[in-house]
This record gives sequence, structure tokens and C-alpha cells, in this order.
Amino acid sequence: MDKFIHFKIKRQDKPDTSPRWEEFKIPYKPNMNVVSSLMEIRKNPVNTKGEKSNPVVWECNCLEEVCGACTMRINGVPRQACSALIDKIYEKTGFGTPIVLEPLTKFPVVRDLMVDRTIMFENLKKVKAWVPVDGSWAIDRGPRFTDREHRWAYQISRCMTCGCCMEACPNVNSKSGFIGPSAISQVRLFNVHPIGSMHKEMRLDALMEKGGLQECGNSQNCKEFCPKEIPLTVNIAAMNKETIKYAIKKWLNK
Amino acid sequence: MSQPKIIVVGGGLAGLMATMKIAEKGIKVDLISLVPVKRSHSVCAQGGVNAALDTKGEGDSTWEHFDDTIYGGDFLANQTPVKNMCESAPGLIYTMDRMGVMFSRTPEGLMDLRRFGGTKNRRTAFSGATTGQQLLYACDEQVRKHEAAGMVTKYENFEFLSAVIDDQGTCRGCIAQDLNTMEIHKFVGDAVILATGGGGMIFGKSTNSVICTANAASAVYQQGVYMSNMEFIQIHPTAMLGDDKTRLMSESARGDGGRVWTYKDGKPWYFLEDWYPAYGNLVPRDIAARAIYKVCIEMGLGVDGKNQVYLDLSHLPSEFLNRRLGGIIEIYEKFHGDDPRKVPMKIFPGVHYFMGGMHTDWNHMTAIPGLFASGECDYMYHGANRLGANSLLSALYSGTVSGPAAAKYVTGLKKLSSEVGSKPFDQEYKRQVEWDEKVKKMHGKENPFQLHEEMGKAMLKNVAIVRYNKNLKENDNILQEMMERWKNINVVDNNAYGNQTVMYTKQLWNMMEMARVITLGALNRNESRGSHYKPEFPDRNDPDFLKTTKAKWTPKGPKFEWEEVDISWIKPRKRVYNVDKEVSKKNG
Repeated sequence: MDKFIHFKIKRQDKPDTSPRWEEFKIPYKPNMNVVSSLMEIRKNPVNTKGEKSNPVVWECNCLEEVCGACTMRINGVPRQACSALIDKIYEKTGFGTPIVLEPLTKFPVVRDLMVDRTIMFENLKKVKAWVPVDGSWAIDRGPRFTDREHRWAYQISRCMTCGCCMEACPNVNSKSGFIGPSAISQVRLFNVHPIGSMHKEMRLDALMEKGGLQECGNSQNCKEFCPKEIPLTVNIAAMNKETIKYAIKKWLNK
Repeated sequence: MSQPKIIVVGGGLAGLMATMKIAEKGIKVDLISLVPVKRSHSVCAQGGVNAALDTKGEGDSTWEHFDDTIYGGDFLANQTPVKNMCESAPGLIYTMDRMGVMFSRTPEGLMDLRRFGGTKNRRTAFSGATTGQQLLYACDEQVRKHEAAGMVTKYENFEFLSAVIDDQGTCRGCIAQDLNTMEIHKFVGDAVILATGGGGMIFGKSTNSVICTANAASAVYQQGVYMSNMEFIQIHPTAMLGDDKTRLMSESARGDGGRVWTYKDGKPWYFLEDWYPAYGNLVPRDIAARAIYKVCIEMGLGVDGKNQVYLDLSHLPSEFLNRRLGGIIEIYEKFHGDDPRKVPMKIFPGVHYFMGGMHTDWNHMTAIPGLFASGECDYMYHGANRLGANSLLSALYSGTVSGPAAAKYVTGLKKLSSEVGSKPFDQEYKRQVEWDEKVKKMHGKENPFQLHEEMGKAMLKNVAIVRYNKNLKENDNILQEMMERWKNINVVDNNAYGNQTVMYTKQLWNMMEMARVITLGALNRNESRGSHYKPEFPDRNDPDFLKTTKAKWTPKGPKFEWEEVDISWIKPRKRVYNVDKEVSKKNG
């Protein structure tokens, strides 16, 4: 008997049209993932009703889970499509069950599974997520940095701005304007860097603005869904402590 | 008076570094990128970046780095630019450190260094096994700072289509397409820097990201830019095979103690250590890739009878592996399932890097004045084979050259592009709109994705590790047939918005043009040098081929010319890795 992988995909033609569901089946091969499956579909885009369809549109780039592009909801879970292995999914749900693909819901849909995550990069601007060096010219050796601090800072710096934490967080929505766990976590990274820490106040100020730290409802969903296992809740707690200390100091110095 | 403006195409390391350098000089930049710049292919680089910091008491020097690079590249690289790069490397890496790159540390708090292939010294700075990602993020952050200050305007999800060239032959801007709305736009700029990366997708499956099609390079090749040394394709010895791509397993795995082996007569055989005692597992990539090919294909000794050998880390302590190589261990675990801390990884060589690229002068300007090329899309720093951890360096360094060179060029212009009138823009815009309309209306029988897969298979079979003239000729015929079949494509997507199939179909044509340059370049070069290996011509032939290949586009296919190589610093000597470099110098 021929074996098939079955997909149920939420499709949308452009930003202002309504979504619809479409199902596809492709022949099963071992070691496939969601991206390689979508690539198979586009070679012969015919749905399960036998109708010719358009290839599914989605974002992807590195296919190694380091660029963050191919994030989508797979069976309701926000994750990267490249590392979503079909065999692993079927171990859980049973072979041949429909795998549901949807675009992330916290961002505007561009088409099909592709969304616009510009807001995440704008949030990085808001919190000034950079080391303000004088310039890119060579001066001298950089500052020393302990191996101990490097280990946890490096973990934060692997954030791909993929949006899983935003998707999982109940407090990220258009009303709250919450900048989300990843941007807060980045502040901790820049505030520990020896040069970055010289300007830590400007980032703490940003965290205290509307849409900042106070919007976090401590639901702790974010850390469950971070593909890089960044301890987002630990970082948020650390920033909470820092901003409280900073706010008191600021008040005392008034 | 109007101010000059520069367009940078590509938001990987080279493009972002060039952007930073230009913005620092007070010139505004339009930055065009296929993807949000933070998702560029530079994120895939794993093992590290070379700079002779000499912090390990080994007496390393920039000269030694230079010599290793030239020797590793089999003397095909122009020596002066490579020398400049190696001399700039320590300052550049210290600058990246100041910008906040999370380089791995020594107990003293200094940047740690690991050893890489084709060298005897520890010279490679690294951030675990995600160095490219970390360097890219630091550049992304600096460019975001300039963006927030109004110096940089990003156009993400845009594809470069062609350069705008005035009747004097000068580049005045470019045409690019919005990948969402599908609208085609004119961009006015006084210089255009292409930092558009390599073209692994031409081989179908590679370690490259899906955007690495060499589309932009091919577009300007068809407008008069020369392509150089395109026949030199780096095949990385250690990659995981997959249906959708071959995933890189960094050379740092071997730099940190990983060993390559297979079974022979029922016992583990460490063939690299056996064949190349002086360098062992850390021979350059072309040598390691050919050795694995030989073991699997010619000797039939692949693991489990398949084309694969072991890359073994299982003898190293878990804590050490997690800290130093966590990034790649995670990839192997996630995509393969086995734990490399416990069982050896199964690997085989995969297409990885283009040493060749657009021909430029030493300031990175192409034959078209005002049009620059920088990063993997140029041909400058790696000769016939690139040493590991030199790609991040050349990407960064070339941006520090191309950016300031473009800034200098635009400030010396008699007339800015905003003052030349709309004619050249209108003409090129019209040409691109007509091409787009034509492709959108294609309703033939071929599926573009299937055609691409076939092309990739042919390229992998005929133009990869081992090359025969008969196969190369046949491959060129296949490519020409495919270009005919391309005309019969059915653009299966009829949606006017976010139509990836139309873009893919256009890219495919450009990939085919480039595939011919690679194939015929390889056919012409009757010698073996670096990554280019012909069993019919097993030796390097300096009298005939110590020359840079230059290909010029014609409607009938590429026309080839040759250029002398700058060998003003190091006299070419035979490249051998079974003995130490000092012995090779004596033997000449």
C-alpha cells in the first residue's frame, strides 16, 4: 500500500482576503520535514479533491533552524517548519493523520503561511538593542569578558527573532502593544556587555515605557516554546529586578 | 544641492559591513534584501573566523595566515588583496568583539581560538558553533542603530533584478521587485554594491540557504560584468545528507578533535590521518572531500555500504562538546535523531561555497563603473580553494573595502544619478516589466521546481568533486536543452500577490546562465588545482593555467578570457599536505 503524508493548510491569497482550508497528500518518504513536504507539493500542486491549486507560499531560508524564517503553527504549536520532522510528528499523532499548518496569529498575514514580523525588529529599535561603539574602525582589543558570563550571554544572543515566544504569549496583542519576551531578553544581553552596560539606563528606560515590562503577565508560556531554549522567564525576572532598582535610584536622585 | 546615495544589495555580513562603513561617512544607504537582513545566509557559518591574534604562544603571524591562505588556494588568488585582508584581520575581529559579538572566552577573559584546516596554528575566533550568526547579528544591530538614526532605509523582501546603466556605461541605480506586492521599482543610487552571496542552489542541494541562487550576479553578468573562476566550487567534506538540503557539519568538529573514519578489514580506519600524517583530519577541504569520495566511490568502503563515512566526536567529553560545538550537535540531533556525543555522525561531502564570482578591481568595482561586488559574490580572496574560517573574514573585510571605495567613488562624481534624467531608468524598468509580464503568462508543460531539480542533479553528477571533459561537454548540452525546456514552463501560480513561482522561474533562467559559466570554465581548465580536479589532468599546470578565468556573456553563451595572477609576494610551490609546509617550501 502506498503511504501518504496528509496536510491541512490554512490558505489566504493576500493580506485583505479571508482564509480558507485546503488539503494535500504527498507520497511518504522517511526523514522528511514540513519544508521538504511543501517543496514536494509545489512540484505538483493538486489538492486532495483532485483540483489544480497554487503552490503554497511560505517563508524559509537556512533550513537548519538558525535563521528563524520558516516559523509557523504546526498542529497548533509555533515552531520552525524545517526542523518539524514528519516521522516525529506521526510518532505522536499516528501515521497519516492530517498535519495542520497555519500562519502565526500574532502577525499580519502576507499570503498563506507567510507573515510580516517587522514589529519584532521595530521592538529591537525601541529597546536600543545594540552596543553603541564609537565606530567600526579598528582601535584596540575589545574588553575582557568572563567565560562564566559569556556562557549565559551567548545563549541569549542565539535568539533568531523567530516569533515563537510572541505567538505563545497571551499578553502580546494589538491592545497591549507588548514588545514581547525576546526584546526584553535582548536588553539583558546588551546590559551585561562591558561596553553595552555603559548605556544600560537607556534600555531600562525603554523597558519602563508603555508596552514594556509591565505588560508581562508571567504566564511563562514563552520559555516553553523557544526553539533555542533561551531562559526567557529568567531574563524577564532579571530585567524586572534591574528596572525596579533603577526606578528607585532614579526616584531617590530626583 | 542633492546628496549622493549608495544602494547596497544584500544584508549578509559583507552588505551590512559595507552599509555601516558608508553610513559612518555620512552617506545615506538604501539596503535591499531578499529576506529580513537578520535571516541572511551568513547565519549558517558555524566554526569561526580567522585572524592571527597570536594569543596562544604559537608565534602566529599575519604573514603565516597570508601564506596558508595562498598555499591553501593553490596560488590562484591575487596575492596583494589577500595580504591586505590577513593584515587587517586582527583589528577587524577586535572591532567585532567591541560590537558585542559573543566570542567564546579563555579563562583569562580573552577571545579563545581554535585550530582549523590547512593551518598548524590556532587562529580561529569563534562563538560556539554559530559564529556566522553571531557576527551577522552584531552587524545587524549596528545597522539598526544607523537605521534608527535615519541613515539607512531597508527594503526587505525585495529582489534585485538588474542594474540601471546610462549611455556612458555608468551604473546609476537598479531595478528591484517587491516580493509581496510584485511591483517593480526603480532605485536611484550613485553606486550599487552587490553583496549577494554564492549560488549553491545551482547544484540543487547544497549547504546554502534557499536564497543563494547567484541571481543578482547572473543578472549583471548578462549586462556586461565578467565572472571569474566560477569553476572553483568548494565541496565541504562533512555534511549531512537530506532530501531538502545537505546540512553542514562544521570543520570545527575536526578542529576540536573530531576524527573521520570508516571500517576497513573490520577495523576502524582513520584514512585522513593515515594518508596525510602532517595535517591529519585538518587537511584543507578539497583534499578531505576527495579522500572521502575516493574511500566511498572508488574503494567502496562507505559505512553500511552507502556513500557516507563517520565524523566522530564521541571520544570527547560531553561538557566540552556542549560548550564548543553545541550549535552543530543540536542540528545533527534535530535533523538526524542520533546524539553525536554518543555515536559517530554519518557524513558525506556537499556543495558549499563559490570561490569564484564577479570580477572586480582591488577596490571591488566591476567592469561597470559605479557597480561593486563584495563578499562571496566576488572572486577575490580564496583562489582555487578556500580555507575554513576565511569566508567570514573575507565577507567582513570586503565590506570594509567596498563600502569606503563606493563612498569615495560617489563623492568624486561630476554628476549625481538624480541629475542624469529618467531615460536610463525608464528603459531598464520597461525591460524588466516586459520580462515579468512574459514570465507570468507562461503556460507550457514544464514545472519550474522539477526542472530546477533536474538541473541540480546534472550539475552534481558532472561538475562536482571529480570532473571529466566528456561529462562536462555533455553537461553543457543538457543545460542548453534545459534552457529550451525553460521556455515551455508553466507558472503554476496565478495569484498576482506574493507569487514565489514567478520569481523562482526568473531565478531559474539566471541560474542556468551561470551553470554554463561554471561548466564551461571547468571544461576549459585542463589541469587540477584546488577544488577543481580532473583525473585526466591530475597535476597543476602553472605555465598554462596560473591564470584567472574571465567569462563574458554573449547571446550564444559565455566567452572566455584569461588574466595574469598577482604572485608578487610568494613564489608558487607544489601544494602537499602529507608533509609540513616548511618541507614544501624547501622542495619548491
